[in-house]
Amino acid sequence: MNEKKETKRELLLPGDLIVDEGVKPGRGTFKRGGKIYAATLGVKTVRSGYVNIAAQSGRYDPKRGDRVIGTVTDVNSSIWMVDLNAPFPAVLHVNDVPWRVEFGDTKRYIDVGDAILVKISNVDELKKIQISMDEEGLRKLNNGQVIEIAPSQVPRVIGRKGSMISMLKNYTDSRIFVGQNGRIWIDGPLEGQYIAVKAIQMIEEKAQVVGLTDAVEQFLKEETGKVLENKREDK
Amino acid sequence: MVDEDIKLIGKDGIRRDGRKFDELRPITIEAGVLKRADGSAYLEWGENKVLAAVYGPREMHPRHAQNPSRAVVQARYNMAAFSVPDRKRPGPDRRSVEISKIMSEALEEIIFVEQFPRSSVDVFVEVLEASAGTRCAALTAASVALADAGIPMSDMISSCAAGKIDGQIVLDLGKKEDNFGEADVPLGMVTSSGKITLLQMDGNLTLDEYKKVMELAMNACREIYQIQREALKKRYSTSLEGYEDIEDTEEE
Repeated sequence: MNEKKETKRELLLPGDLIVDEGVKPGRGTFKRGGKIYAATLGVKTVRSGYVNIAAQSGRYDPKRGDRVIGTVTDVNSSIWMVDLNAPFPAVLHVNDVPWRVEFGDTKRYIDVGDAILVKISNVDELKKIQISMDEEGLRKLNNGQVIEIAPSQVPRVIGRKGSMISMLKNYTDSRIFVGQNGRIWIDGPLEGQYIAVKAIQMIEEKAQVVGLTDAVEQFLKEETGKVLENKREDK
Repeated sequence: MVDEDIKLIGKDGIRRDGRKFDELRPITIEAGVLKRADGSAYLEWGENKVLAAVYGPREMHPRHAQNPSRAVVQARYNMAAFSVPDRKRPGPDRRSVEISKIMSEALEEIIFVEQFPRSSVDVFVEVLEASAGTRCAALTAASVALADAGIPMSDMISSCAAGKIDGQIVLDLGKKEDNFGEADVPLGMVTSSGKITLLQMDGNLTLDEYKKVMELAMNACREIYQIQREALKKRYSTSLEGYEDIEDTEEE
């Protein structure tokens, strides 16, 4: 995948015809009269026989299997209602948390306002979202802070094979988790958190700059005064 | 007519503002002007200035207004108090409630509402300066803002008016022409399919005149569609430079 970078992709707008032959309509597309059209503003990608439009803007579109950061908006005796920044609210049931919760005892574990790291276990056709916390790595986020970026910029913050995110962690000594819904959790020394937030804001603003990873590394070096040897594989 | 002396078209066929019968006022559109909205657009159309913001799709409140099978499109057209020479009394009035309603219905046609049950797509259009043709300007801007918000839709809507002044069919009526002309027909169209999602008429036209008006307005919509596209391309083209296909990236 490394050699085909720097190619300027064409932007498709809603209603634009997709001319590729022998592909099936995937995400962000629709079919009408035997032809495939773009449904959202974005860039075309073809993967395993499906043509998708990678949206360049817009809200988070919940997908099964995504790891996301949610905030609890409501609690009752057997469920938590969670906001994922999606068009629909999500439900976390007491059976889907790692603890044995007595009926009506939900508030002792997670309360309104808490940030939690969860996985989307199902999105049904009525767009009801079920989430789960009963898996390795999923938990309540007790310390640190959560910031928000545009969901379309999440791949930028992670970087190819996680290059960007691991660089951020190494320089700032922070623990960082990027949820697919554009929420980012940062924990660590205050100074490091502060620099990480600034770096992420820089990534979001300058996502289009060629050689972004290097620019961010430069910024991190200046801010932290640290010099780490270059362990990145690419380049 | 109120004022017999007003001549809207000169002997040379040129209108009061120097345009030919089939000429639009200059239009400029900028997409993505508001940071906190999901999508936005600012449009200038002659002396009209409108600002459109889109929020959503998001969970709809009040809940009893939710539709369990589709999203509800709520458009709001509002004129600023300072948008007209005499102060406009703020707040919704008969006219702006009407325009909000027809805009919602026009936009519903292109948005894939069935993908977002129980949610709402909120469109706010503020008219900052008005000089005839604001509903067309509002709809055109709203359509760009929706695309900017990344909302799945089948196409964009372009909108323009045509009408009759001094017995002649003309495109895109200006303030004076609207006030003293004989007819004004605003039109909203899905450009690619030619589907009409907004059509109103003020005044009277014969069938032949009506056909001419429609032809003129529909051609103008195609022109406006290109301006809308340019605005969106300009907004996003820079973000595609050095675009790399980073997907399916796992984190932590």
